[in-house]
Amino acid sequence: MNHYTILNPIIGGILIGAASLLATVESGKIPGISGVFGRLLVAETPDKVWRGIFLLGLIGGAAASFFLWQSAAIYRPLRPLFIMAIAGLLVGFGTRLGGGCTSGHGVCGVGMGARDSIVATMIFIAIAIVTVFLYNRIAL
Amino acid sequence: MNRGRLILCLLAGVLFGVGLAISGMTDPARVIGFLDVTGNWDPALLFVMAGAVSVYGLGMRSLGRFGNRGLKLPSAAPGPLDRRLVVGAAIFGLGWGLGGFCPGPALANLGAVRAEALVFVPLMALGMFLAQRIFKADR
Repeated sequence: MNHYTILNPIIGGILIGAASLLATVESGKIPGISGVFGRLLVAETPDKVWRGIFLLGLIGGAAASFFLWQSAAIYRPLRPLFIMAIAGLLVGFGTRLGGGCTSGHGVCGVGMGARDSIVATMIFIAIAIVTVFLYNRIAL
Repeated sequence: MNRGRLILCLLAGVLFGVGLAISGMTDPARVIGFLDVTGNWDPALLFVMAGAVSVYGLGMRSLGRFGNRGLKLPSAAPGPLDRRLVVGAAIFGLGWGLGGFCPGPALANLGAVRAEALVFVPLMALGMFLAQRIFKADR
């Protein structure tokens, strides 16, 4: 897989769905990345071990893929670091306020047909589209 | 949690990271390309979501129907459609459009020690900490 083709997003999506399913069965929780990570930052969270192990696996799996396949290693940053800092703060705050991100609401919640997740997913995609539209006109 | 389950959680994490990287979702230009509907639109994210949602949805439905042998599955009951959900999703969408990173890809890019991830992830953690401090971890 040296060249990025239509197979990349299809295979990648299937893997993400299968990984989420496996993590759900083993942890008994909805394994949205923002929730898995965010709850590591709460002192009272009882099940920190699987969360930490899952996230280490995620980082390691990605690192191995960047190394193994050129199509996975494609990386084109578009934003200056100070914008990334603001974006990080907003993503962290928003995902924990709204109870999920692209994986928890977008993949798991939508996959189970949960109404709140469908609404959340429509909202964050719509706002992100408007944000990109405005950014491209204001910042350039 | 026993060792077997922890190993399978590690495997799930590895598969998730491989999936993110192969799908191209760790590339902020591809994510922003999907969000840039009036520009040079890149549909990749749609294929990723379609694949992931189908596999997860079909899997959960089959497990719920056939696999009930001591399996502890999370409740499929949706949470409330409240102001917290709407405002949180909107703030997340704003940050996602600004940076082109959502939490999974941001963490995955730590695996390549990329500058954007090194800046983004600690501030994401701060944002999460603050939201959970002020509004509790459960929505």
